[in-house]
Amino acid sequence: MTIETLFALTACALVGIGLYGLIAQPHPLRKLVAFNIMGSGVFVLFGALAKRGAAAGLPADPVPQALLITAIVVAFAATAVTVALLVRLIEATDSASLADAPPRE
Amino acid sequence: MSTVVSAAVVLLLLWLAVWTVVARDAFLAVAGFVVYGLLLALVWVRLAGIDVALTEAAIGGGLTGALLLGAVGRLRGTEAATATEGASAGARAGAAVLAVAVTAALMLGVLVLPEPVPTLAPLVVPAMPATGVGNPITGVLLAFRALDTLLEATVLVIALIGVWSFAPDRAWGGRPGPRYQTDPDGVLAWLARVLPPIGVVIGIYVFWAGADHPGGKFQAATILAAMWMLVQMAGLSDAPRTSHRGLRAGIVAGPLVFIAVGVLGLWAAGSFLAYPPGLAKPLIVVIEVALLPTLVLVLALLMNGPPRRGGPA
Amino acid sequence: MAPGELLTGTEGGALLAAAVLLPFVGMLAGLLLGGRWLPRVAFVLMPLGLGVALAIASARADADGPLVYLLGGWSPPLGIALRADGAAVAMLLAVAGVVCGIGAFARGDFGLAPGAGESRGAFAYWLLLLAVWGALNLVFVSGDLFTLYVALELLTFAGVPLVCLAGSGETLRAALRYILFALCGSVLYLLGAVLLYGGYGTLDMPLLAGALQPEPIAYAALALMTAGLFAKTALFPLHLWLPPAHGGAPAAASAVLSALVIKGSWFLVLRLWLDVMPGVANAAAAQLPAALGAAAIVTGSVVALRQQRLKLLVAYSTVAQIGYLFLLFPLAFDAAGDMTLREVATSAGVLQAIAHATAKAGMFMAAGLVYAALGHDRIDDLAGAAKALPVAVAAFLVGGLALMGAVPSGAYLAKKLLLGSAATSGQWWWTWVLQGGAAFTAGYVVLVALRVFRRPPAPLADLKPVSALSQWAALGLAVASLLLSLAAVWGPLPPDLLAKAFSLEELAMLPVLFGAGALLVAALARSPLTGSSGGAARPGFAGLGTAFEAGDRLVRQWAPAMLALLLVAGTCGWLLARG
Repeated sequence: MTIETLFALTACALVGIGLYGLIAQPHPLRKLVAFNIMGSGVFVLFGALAKRGAAAGLPADPVPQALLITAIVVAFAATAVTVALLVRLIEATDSASLADAPPRE
Repeated sequence: MSTVVSAAVVLLLLWLAVWTVVARDAFLAVAGFVVYGLLLALVWVRLAGIDVALTEAAIGGGLTGALLLGAVGRLRGTEAATATEGASAGARAGAAVLAVAVTAALMLGVLVLPEPVPTLAPLVVPAMPATGVGNPITGVLLAFRALDTLLEATVLVIALIGVWSFAPDRAWGGRPGPRYQTDPDGVLAWLARVLPPIGVVIGIYVFWAGADHPGGKFQAATILAAMWMLVQMAGLSDAPRTSHRGLRAGIVAGPLVFIAVGVLGLWAAGSFLAYPPGLAKPLIVVIEVALLPTLVLVLALLMNGPPRRGGPA
Repeated sequence: MAPGELLTGTEGGALLAAAVLLPFVGMLAGLLLGGRWLPRVAFVLMPLGLGVALAIASARADADGPLVYLLGGWSPPLGIALRADGAAVAMLLAVAGVVCGIGAFARGDFGLAPGAGESRGAFAYWLLLLAVWGALNLVFVSGDLFTLYVALELLTFAGVPLVCLAGSGETLRAALRYILFALCGSVLYLLGAVLLYGGYGTLDMPLLAGALQPEPIAYAALALMTAGLFAKTALFPLHLWLPPAHGGAPAAASAVLSALVIKGSWFLVLRLWLDVMPGVANAAAAQLPAALGAAAIVTGSVVALRQQRLKLLVAYSTVAQIGYLFLLFPLAFDAAGDMTLREVATSAGVLQAIAHATAKAGMFMAAGLVYAALGHDRIDDLAGAAKALPVAVAAFLVGGLALMGAVPSGAYLAKKLLLGSAATSGQWWWTWVLQGGAAFTAGYVVLVALRVFRRPPAPLADLKPVSALSQWAALGLAVASLLLSLAAVWGPLPPDLLAKAFSLEELAMLPVLFGAGALLVAALARSPLTGSSGGAARPGFAGLGTAFEAGDRLVRQWAPAMLALLLVAGTCGWLLARG
């Protein structure tokens, strides 16, 4: 098995692991961590595809690699907004519940 | 690295991923995630993406990890309360089944990917001379797909506007984050005096090298932002007021200069974001130099969070 | 386009870049200047943006095909092209118009009093309004799947803070739920785009359209992207985040969220299915979005009828109307299963989207004005509102009338086009859904009309004054929706579409719909309509209403919604592969 296939298959597993965490973990922060795992799985898959596209003397296809840098920054921005929102929610309500009717308000 | 080492990295990576998802509490999960981020950088090196490896280590692992660790410290015991509203056993079983199904479907897709491999590398190489830069990733980011990079800077600014908007009304215009008080003779203060000069030099080197070698503005901006955070945490300087006009000018300078260079291209080279022949490299440097302070400020301010103290002046 | 053929730009293409960048430049300028300049910058940008949209429309009318612009002069697949076809131009124009209307309304809420400093609400509102505008324009004109990913994230990051402008715990919770679910949607979308790049080596939509084959990688990509975009659009049963987010935000923000933000991801589904993947999508798989849409119409409408607060009623009506936007997909296929009715389906979809954007913005604004004036928006206590706030109430009712498909509204023409396609393609079952949806809409118009025209037990006291400009802005948007089909046949659509619109047969439809709507209200509304009438039949139906509410509550929990998201992706992929 080539290295890129190995990492591509790993990436698929990371997506699955992240998805499970997103569904099963109740706390928003845990969901956010799971989202980051799932996102990194997508990124690794893209990176493996880029490596697969090595050609014309380049070690990998540079277009997906450049897109990945953008995607990593966008994912960081998402995490920053979500963390700020979560911390603010906890300050305002002492609860991090996503449920409709919170135990106390 | 041999295949054996790669296989070991993969196993460790998967184990850490599972760990962060099932760990008992949020702190353990986030700690696992930070290690996971470092290991991921190794994967990127292996995938011939030094630029991506640097970005992943700096932003994906470093800044994201620090952000999540900061959040863990402010959960105020909400974890125990939400634990009771977790998914039911049935939902967890369903989640497991569906997650495995998605993984399996993706793996099948990966195994039947077409040959010959579709790639844009053969188109990138002959187009590089027109950009004047040597690093093909920089070429993609600032010439062929310059719009994406402009939008990426815009995303960061919008995210910052969003984060600031979560402030309580009374703190509007004030300073974000806590005011750090530390022992002026302590280790942290010492580090905050010694490290930043070194960090600034490294950051500027990484920034400058990015045109022709791996590295570039994002990685450099992360290093510089981290230095600034260190100075703040050591209590040597305070976070700026979010209403400060100079701060806001620094935030918007990068995207505005980028757009101005784009308009120059419309006028001088016939297309928005095009570079006049021979001027590509200097204009790319102008854009990167303008984006650097924007990125340093926005990354650090996103870490700082909404304004919290010292409301309207 | 043949593979390998290089694109060239067209005349007027630079306007597309201007449409995207002007709002962002305005946002940056507003951030820099701050304070009293926030609304001013927005009000400078609105006519400018509208002007650019009109210039694009005029350039498109002079051109033979879509407008194309190669950024930096680089042609896809290496570079990024901006494109505007008829659908994109219509959306650009509509969004510019709605932004102007919402902006005029919001001056009342977020305009700064003389001497006041910069406030948090005004800062966030005006800058994010411009950000939403730029991001939407980017969605309409970008031809690159990755640029579109960034555009979707821009839209989400701009939309989420609008949800919690009020800063209360409940709205913060709604915003957090929104962003977490939307992020799941984005990552699924990105995963699909990555698979397409791995399979075909490009992210450019026309190039992909030429290269895609009906094979597993394309099925998987289309299924993942579709499910992710459904989540971001809040198509039933993936709407867990919408009612609290749209119902809890300030009216000026709800209007942006409900009228505009969800249209971005919807438009991308339209592009993917009808422009990028006609060779991959099939008639059987296209039943899925419409089936979910039908479920959205029924559930959203029934739950809307059972709301006690006007803003939540409007929010649930959005859930239902989103369903309506997805009915076009199977109707793009003819009886033989070929995508020959694509053009009609696109026209109908865009008309419906614009009709909803204008009408729903007006209705949310009207609800907000009622709340501001009366100090509450309890539907049962709205007696006398029509007399106290005639313009705002008229805006609400005209908006409802427009959404029902009264002649000559945009929804009327959209429904007529889709009914025609349903007849030619032999898909009679969608006829029922199209008409039933209109009846449900009539239901909540009747419900509100019966309350606001009632005489109050005591004269309304303590009415807070509301801005006249805001009221007229709401009415203006609602009326625009009601007259939309006139603009459509004056513009790109053939005029004979409206030939029979004012015939007795078509006009008679309205009382029929009202009758059906009144029956639905009588059967399902929470409190009896007028005194005891219909009371005998109620218990059984009330049980039905409660059952729908329970079902809605179930799928609005996190774990069921996430499982539904994956099941939607799986079902979509399976239907595509089955052919």
